[in-house]
Amino acid sequence: MVHKTCFHCGLDAETSGIVYDDKPFCCHGCKTVYEIFTIHDLTCYYDFQQAPGTTPKEIEGKYNFLDNSKIVDQLLEFNDHTTQIITLYIPNIHCSSCIWVLENLNKLHAAIRSSMVNFGKKTVRITFVNENLSLKNLVALLSRIGYEPYISLEDYSIGKKHIDRSLIYKLGVSGFAFGNVMFLSFPEYFQVEEFWLEQYKHLFRWLMFAYSVPVVLYAAQDYFVSAYKGLRSKILNIDVPIALGIVVLFVRSSSEIVLDTGSGFFDSLTGLIFFLLLGKFFQQKTYDYLSFERDYKSYFPIGVTKINLDKQEESIQVYDIQKGDRLLIRNEELLPVDCILIKGKARMDYSFVTGESKTVTKQSGDKLFAGGKQLEGSIEVEVLKSVEQSYLTQLWSNDVFKRDKTLGFTNITNRISKSFTLSILTIAMVATTFWLLTDSSKALNVFTSVLIIACPCAIALAAPFTFGNILRILGKNKFYLKNASVVEQLAQINTIVFDKTGTITVNKETKINYEGVQLTEDEEALLKSTLRGSNHPLSRSLYQILNTNNIVSLDYFEEHLGLGIEGQHKDHNIKIGSEPFIGHAKNATTLNTSVHIRTNNGYKGKFTFHNKYRKGISKLFNQLKKDYDLVILSGDNAGERDNLTKLLPSKTKLLFNQKPEDKLEYIKYHQGEGAKVVMVGDGLNDAGALAQSDVGIAISENINVFSPACDAILDATKFDQLYKYITISKSAVKTIKWSFALSFLYNVVGLYYAVTGQLSPLVAAILMPLSSISIVVFTTVITNLLGRTLK
Amino acid sequence: MSVIYILLAISIAVAVIFFIAFVFAVRNGQYDDSYTPSVRMLFEDEIVKEKNNKSVLTKKD
Repeated sequence: MVHKTCFHCGLDAETSGIVYDDKPFCCHGCKTVYEIFTIHDLTCYYDFQQAPGTTPKEIEGKYNFLDNSKIVDQLLEFNDHTTQIITLYIPNIHCSSCIWVLENLNKLHAAIRSSMVNFGKKTVRITFVNENLSLKNLVALLSRIGYEPYISLEDYSIGKKHIDRSLIYKLGVSGFAFGNVMFLSFPEYFQVEEFWLEQYKHLFRWLMFAYSVPVVLYAAQDYFVSAYKGLRSKILNIDVPIALGIVVLFVRSSSEIVLDTGSGFFDSLTGLIFFLLLGKFFQQKTYDYLSFERDYKSYFPIGVTKINLDKQEESIQVYDIQKGDRLLIRNEELLPVDCILIKGKARMDYSFVTGESKTVTKQSGDKLFAGGKQLEGSIEVEVLKSVEQSYLTQLWSNDVFKRDKTLGFTNITNRISKSFTLSILTIAMVATTFWLLTDSSKALNVFTSVLIIACPCAIALAAPFTFGNILRILGKNKFYLKNASVVEQLAQINTIVFDKTGTITVNKETKINYEGVQLTEDEEALLKSTLRGSNHPLSRSLYQILNTNNIVSLDYFEEHLGLGIEGQHKDHNIKIGSEPFIGHAKNATTLNTSVHIRTNNGYKGKFTFHNKYRKGISKLFNQLKKDYDLVILSGDNAGERDNLTKLLPSKTKLLFNQKPEDKLEYIKYHQGEGAKVVMVGDGLNDAGALAQSDVGIAISENINVFSPACDAILDATKFDQLYKYITISKSAVKTIKWSFALSFLYNVVGLYYAVTGQLSPLVAAILMPLSSISIVVFTTVITNLLGRTLK
Repeated sequence: MSVIYILLAISIAVAVIFFIAFVFAVRNGQYDDSYTPSVRMLFEDEIVKEKNNKSVLTKKD
């Protein structure tokens, strides 16, 4: 048989048997999308690439909360009761055909006026007429074509977002002024005593003055603010000499043209500010679609279904949930509050609260905690605590989450800035005193010249360009940093703490060992056939590894929830499950999860599930052990201790049964002893530790799926590269130190002119851009060379 | 040489017009997303053209 894949999404379509228009489809969802596309003449969608869509996941009633007008009002960007505009976050946007489909939504439904994709942010902004299409139906339409929007509690609280574009405006103003001032000052560079030049130079000078005023007052204001803040907290940051240089440049230039003693330094002034802002802009650009500030709000749903006293279902906002309410939680829905199970059987997946991948089965009357995901049918629960008071949400009231990590950190530029500023002031004083004694007319000139030429433009540019470029290079290698200062902090660490589950182990795969009597071929076929009917995660993973091909149809099958499964074919029967279920004495010493097998021939043996470790972990730890202290903090039991001690270098500390608070305290304690800690983790259970550590790295199998608040996100496939990434950060800091040396050379040359009182506007206009540009070129070349070593 | 006043006026006027255009572009959000337009630009025309000669049936499985 020819291997068939779904025409729409590319998944296996062998077993589904759905054929439409001579094309195989894996599910009715994909068929529907194909139909929609054919009807609306959009089939060239399929020309873009093979199998462009991704699997739609339809869940009945999932978007019922969009019937609640209060919730809808909060989500809409614009609403005049006929036309509505909404911006939706769609994690599935991943290629150019996604942009194309989403921007052609108006062909799928007449009520959609227009739609616009922002690929970087993975959002689509849709304008639609709500008389013909409600928001709920719009969302359903999007889900049906495979672009399910992600709506979380976070969208609710943010409201209408304000975009800060001031840096672009400032850059525009200074660039505009810089270009024009350059033109106007050009004639005077040549100092020709021409008649018309003499006549018009005053006009030219005043024009330059006019251009410079907005640059100094508007574009450069951040430097004044920052310098003022620095001085007030008694820190000589790099913005102090910059602000001083700008003020002196402006005052001296203005007085020169007023007194008609020279042409001023307006060209250098505007150029300086333009280059500085360019550096800022370069550093600021990061990854729009990755959020590093997530808390529980981005995981939580925005609305839930409440069951009223008269058994009516109603969608309510999550913040409106009160103690004592009855809620209906559907399959795949997340519990937003702590509650008691009333009706139905719950199988909760707490993986992003605890990091533990095993599901927990609960019976009615049991307590359920917020953050769990229901995996099996619908349940009814009674609320015990409101959202803010639930166990999970309280973790965020810890002070760690309010702390700004950059505050306590002095970056490399500011560290040298202090001695730099002091030495410049000393040089200026000494030179001025010297000239006061010899030729007092030149003293003021020399004093201002020193401050102008020493303005640390090149120094201030070195760090933004180096770190900005490193940030981009690491991003290309799937290591996404929150901002440039993370590179620097990463270069200083000496301790690395790892979480176990999901961080050094692989989430999806497990290693399964069989111990016991060899199964016969018939038994194996029966085992596989029985497992096929069960949806339990352990059954699924066991089913995947068995390579029997002949599936038999069972005469009898029953799943006992939380215990195991039973199957019969002809006169063979099989029981698969926990020890008590199959009637085997419980062995208390094993800590690992195992599944036991009994057939009508008696007890056969057990399959034991071991964690599967990421590729290259041993090598990575051996590379790291030379320079860093290594620790593993696990929330799990000690079942994997033996495996880990075999795998990892002997000096690695292993700690098990660590609660989220324990992890946080452990890191805090070691920081108190002077350690600079990197925490590598994944789930929400590591959120506290990630926030407390100097650099928190979240490991993610899929970067579009949410990871907790952190400083960096590392794609799981690049986990074994971590050592290289830390090394490159160290080299980046070294590069910056070299550029400081280089800019110091320029300063020596400049200071010679300044101290001897020969600084002309021409020298300044050449020296300042030259030093800045050569620093930018130097750092860019070096960092790109460093980036090559990664490949 | 008073022609220089005219030239100056023109040069400033042109510069200011471009500056205003820049401010409007930023305000309209043109600088918010610097990637998508580069992809979008390549769509539309190409699709209308392809509609006739390249249909679904030409797609290889």
